[in-house]
Amino acid sequence: MKKKLVSILLIAALTAAAAAGCGNRDNNENAADDKNTSNQENEAVDNDNGGEDDLIQEVSGSVYYLNFKPEQAQQWKDLAEEYSDETGIPVTIETAASGTYESTLKSEMAKSEAPTLFQVNGPAGLAAWKDYCYDLKDSAVYKNLKSDDFALISDDGQVQGVAYVIETYGLIYNKEILEDYCETNGAKIKDVSEINSFAKLKEVADDMQAKKDELEIKGVFASAGMDSSSDWRYKTHLANMPIYFEYQDDDLDTTDAIKGTYLDAYKNMWDLYITDSTVEPTMLSGMTGEDAAAEFSMGEAAFYQNGTWVYNDIAGNDVDDEDMGMLPIYIGVGDEQNQGLCTGSENYWCVNKNASQDDIDATLHFMEWVITSDRGRETFRDEMGFVTPFETFTEEYQPENPLVAAANEYIDSGKNSIPWVFSTIPSEGWKNGVGSALLEYAQGTGDWDAVKKAFIEGWESEYRAVNE
Amino acid sequence: MHKSLKRYFPVFAFPTLAAFTIGFFIPFVMGIYLSFCKFTTVTDARFIGFGNYLKVFTDKTFLHSLWYTVAFTIVSVVFINVLAFAVAMLLTKGIKGTNLFRTVFFMPNLIGGIVLGYIWQLLLNGILAQYQKTLTYNSVYGFWGLVILMCWQQIGYMMIIYISGIQNIPGELIEAAKIDGAKPAQILFHVTIPMVMPSITICTFLTLTNGFKLFDQNLALTNGEPSRMSELLALNIFNTFYGRTGYEGVGQAKAVVFFLLVTIIAIIQIRLTRTKEVQQ
Repeated sequence: MKKKLVSILLIAALTAAAAAGCGNRDNNENAADDKNTSNQENEAVDNDNGGEDDLIQEVSGSVYYLNFKPEQAQQWKDLAEEYSDETGIPVTIETAASGTYESTLKSEMAKSEAPTLFQVNGPAGLAAWKDYCYDLKDSAVYKNLKSDDFALISDDGQVQGVAYVIETYGLIYNKEILEDYCETNGAKIKDVSEINSFAKLKEVADDMQAKKDELEIKGVFASAGMDSSSDWRYKTHLANMPIYFEYQDDDLDTTDAIKGTYLDAYKNMWDLYITDSTVEPTMLSGMTGEDAAAEFSMGEAAFYQNGTWVYNDIAGNDVDDEDMGMLPIYIGVGDEQNQGLCTGSENYWCVNKNASQDDIDATLHFMEWVITSDRGRETFRDEMGFVTPFETFTEEYQPENPLVAAANEYIDSGKNSIPWVFSTIPSEGWKNGVGSALLEYAQGTGDWDAVKKAFIEGWESEYRAVNE
Repeated sequence: MHKSLKRYFPVFAFPTLAAFTIGFFIPFVMGIYLSFCKFTTVTDARFIGFGNYLKVFTDKTFLHSLWYTVAFTIVSVVFINVLAFAVAMLLTKGIKGTNLFRTVFFMPNLIGGIVLGYIWQLLLNGILAQYQKTLTYNSVYGFWGLVILMCWQQIGYMMIIYISGIQNIPGELIEAAKIDGAKPAQILFHVTIPMVMPSITICTFLTLTNGFKLFDQNLALTNGEPSRMSELLALNIFNTFYGRTGYEGVGQAKAVVFFLLVTIIAIIQIRLTRTKEVQQ
């Protein structure tokens, strides 16, 4: 009898708790309201102090930006604060920790206070979020784009995402080491500019590796680390090359089945990276992105495959700014004489269409302010170091960074930039499969056929899995 | 007294029950529902039936993770319990500095899993670097690395439980055994172990479920590398959920399968060890 009573009580308490649990949502909203009110109070104070912008009457929403780039977290916060001061529109900036953007976005989007502004990494990333994207057709950011190439446009003409930063990658090299090399006995080249094909690159790299003690370097190429902080340089960025040339041959933009026409070239390049390296191939699984950046910036390696975004990581050490250059990644395919660097974007802004119209308006206004106001443009140039695809960023708003300068030189000299077709890779699963196979091949626990299999069959199965 | 206890029961129990409901019960029920859905965020799910479960059992990585986890759990349960028991025996003999040793052995347990994972990754990679290898060279290294890590972390905790069990054995039992001429090994197997059976039940339960549910250490130590070959079940579920668009539901279905598996195994284990317990 007593037991029964206890269990009845338990059940009662549980249901009560369940009810409380359901009711909890209201509490959350209240809490959110409180947050808003406090924001508004802040505004009120600000407005008393300074002049009031007309905008506060027009836009009553707020902005919540889930930022992708942890290295720019603080800059975004500072910028947002200034925007709020100027317009009275509250802006919340949250930044996902490195490598957790998708998971953070997934949980944030499920909340009642979802991000109004978020990012996708290209067509493959958009697939998951296309139902959340507001059509940016009439937005200022889209109208200011230099070209439609920098927007994600659906088949029915909706502008779902707009790139806000353009980046370039290639083979970053240390001019000083290469000059030293050119002066050694029997050097294969007299000047870096003679490296204009894979054959030449390999010849030079092999010779340099043989003379590494004389050149006081540990290896020609910085370690091709396959830790998750670095493996994307090979499973994604290097893989871009064979995929691009295959698309070129077949006149495609994307495909559901890759043939792997240029896998041999991919292999040659990978072989070069792991042979003329600073470390033994068996060490690659544990080498990180920081390791490679450190090797290059300390002058222990002459070449380092990476992009313009890495400038801050490698600047300020042994390698002076004027000693940094960038070469195209020659894999021995296509018109190598006219090959340029790989330029594209992996950062597209999307506006959450499920947000209230007020919030959407506020968000669009914030984006416009960022790309048109002096303050926004200066932050992009000086603090974030972004090259953008917007017309509002005229000559004086280009960042000063030797890697960006090198990238611009290639474009100005009329070389053919290679687009980032890796954004058409069907899924992260494909990249991981290829990355693992590359690693196993490198350390000798697997063979190249496994890479081929992951590359070709993996593409097909991942494409099917994602698009069913 | 009894009456007032009953009267105030809801007052005292409510906060805990509310927390339990919000933190466990609701997510759990929602999780089961979501395993039958296709969704991107948890609030826009669309019911699709058993499709996700079919994909779970055709996923090779899941089956690999299952066997890898089972092997890891068996090995770690045996190592942790045997070693913890041995240390507990040593530290109940009244040797000098017993308290210091107990504290030192217990301390690793106070460090979080992620931190431990990274520390051991550095340590083990440092040793393996002598042989031009790293922890993620192949999954065998990752396996033993994980076993070493878990032993280091958990032996101290289990040791404390065993010590309290051993100290609760009435001295006269052991004395009587000695007078009857029992050898140390006989005392161990016929007096001590049967008497600490309740502790063994608890410790095997804890290590078994810990082994199955292990996540942070796995994530920090190897992150499933190479080729998802050192991926335990929990990490496999996590990677399924976030790894590929449209597979959130499959990850959720795996989580439900995982829950059933751990529950069944834990119940069997408790039944088995309970029957061996003796009343004092």
